[in-house]
Amino acid sequence: MNEVKKHTGFGYVVKSLVSGLGLTWRHFKNARNRRTPEYVSDENYFKQPDGMATLKYPYEAIPVPDNGRYRLHNEIDDCIVCDLCAKICPVNCITIESVKATEDIGMTSDGTKKRLYAQVFDIDMAKCCYCGLCTTVCPTDCLTMTPVYDFAEVNIKNMVYHFTDLTPEQAEEKKQLLAKQQEEMAAAKAAALAARKQG
Amino acid sequence: MLAFLLTLGALLGVVIALAYAERKVAAFMQDRMGPTEAGPQGSLQAVADVLKLLQKEDIVPAAADKGLFKLAPILIFAAVFAGFAVIPFTPDLVPAGIGIGVFYLLAIISLDVVGLLMAGWGSNNKYAMLGAMRSVAQIVSYEIPAGLAILSVVMVCQSLDFQEISYQQGALMNQFPGLEYEMNWLFGIEALGINTTTIGGITTWNIFRAPILLVAFIIYFIASLAESNRAPFDIPEAESELVAGFHVEYSGFRFAVLFLAEYSMMVLVCLVAVVLFLGSWNTPLPNIGPVALAYWTSGTPGEISSILWGIFWLLSKTFILLFLQLQLRWTYPRLRVDQLMHLCWKVLTPVALAVVLIAGIWRLLMI
Repeated sequence: MNEVKKHTGFGYVVKSLVSGLGLTWRHFKNARNRRTPEYVSDENYFKQPDGMATLKYPYEAIPVPDNGRYRLHNEIDDCIVCDLCAKICPVNCITIESVKATEDIGMTSDGTKKRLYAQVFDIDMAKCCYCGLCTTVCPTDCLTMTPVYDFAEVNIKNMVYHFTDLTPEQAEEKKQLLAKQQEEMAAAKAAALAARKQG
Repeated sequence: MLAFLLTLGALLGVVIALAYAERKVAAFMQDRMGPTEAGPQGSLQAVADVLKLLQKEDIVPAAADKGLFKLAPILIFAAVFAGFAVIPFTPDLVPAGIGIGVFYLLAIISLDVVGLLMAGWGSNNKYAMLGAMRSVAQIVSYEIPAGLAILSVVMVCQSLDFQEISYQQGALMNQFPGLEYEMNWLFGIEALGINTTTIGGITTWNIFRAPILLVAFIIYFIASLAESNRAPFDIPEAESELVAGFHVEYSGFRFAVLFLAEYSMMVLVCLVAVVLFLGSWNTPLPNIGPVALAYWTSGTPGEISSILWGIFWLLSKTFILLFLQLQLRWTYPRLRVDQLMHLCWKVLTPVALAVVLIAGIWRLLMI
């Protein structure tokens, strides 16, 4: 019953050829405009049907969402080296070695007292699974996820990020200080013990 | 020799510009940006491509027929380049002003086919062979409607000399030796009694002198797309089926030569279309009474002004046709082999034959 209407004949062919040319010409003309790089939540995002869609990536980028999880960053000045992040990490990509401080080493920005030096604070971004658990457990909010996602490296060793603020020499010095203090304390303890025995 | 070097230099310049334009136009029509890095707006991209090709290793396949393989690119480019010899660039400047230019051009371009077949056969590769066979079949077929369309121009103009055909299409007609007393009439019909000899401009272009040549122009343009293996007639190079067609085994400098030949062919067929149908180097602006636009925009033959105006008009018209070629490539899908042959033998050839007949009758009306 419902016959498919056949589009044939010289006139129809010419019309379709010309409309095809019109289509490419329209796009050619609209190539003066460019899409603006906006995040999908922007009102303008779906209102730009014309113009070049290319994003010149290294020069421009679409913003990432606020709750996106990308490269980790540790603000070492705020870190109390509690080791919680290394313990919760499901892929063990955080390595922490701490040295007890012998003297007062200040406070973090939220008022927590710092008692430990981070001799080693390494995060292996090649192992990281970007789950974000470490940032949730961090008591001082010093470990955060940044919007940086383009950090490929030629050498995989460069994927290990070192966040410690101590040089190996300084770390060695702190260790010796601690050993000395502990020795002194042990000696004092031994002296006190001997004194009690005599008395 | 000077004409040779000048033409070669100009051709290289035009081809570089065209290769860049092709990428930019393609990008814009697909909402992309095209090359942006090399030079301002990527304008040095084509130059960079050529430099890259020149540095590459020249690979000759072990199983190839080495003589044919090495000779083919040179023959293909020489055949196309020889065609430029008879194209009139200005009222005074023709590299080789021979009286049978049209005939020579058709003959020398046909030599291209031999080179294509040599390249395809010499590569000893099935894709190259298939591409070459398709290419040859296509070019040989489409030479017939193209030739018939050109024949109708030759019949209307009564000349095989490109320069004489050029002079006939403008207000400078009577300055050509042998045409001093010729007249142009509106639409070529003397009975209408409107003399356009001194009006010139677009009214004396071949497509207006004999409006039937408009049909001939369309036939020629379609056939010329097929002859230069351009989309939608690019089955010889169909990237998705044949890798690259006849030049799949070529690399480095030899590939650059084939690429140059392909783009030169595009330029040549557009130049021929302009010379034969669209008024050659003549201005499109007619003289309207005291406002002698045609004379103002043509210069005086023999002086530098006419050379500059002539080159300007010829190149502008050629670039418009080249742009159309690019736009067609990014608009229409590729034709199948059977559709290609159907269009050539069952549509274009009969129509071209009818056009030749009508053009003959038109010529009778013109005298």
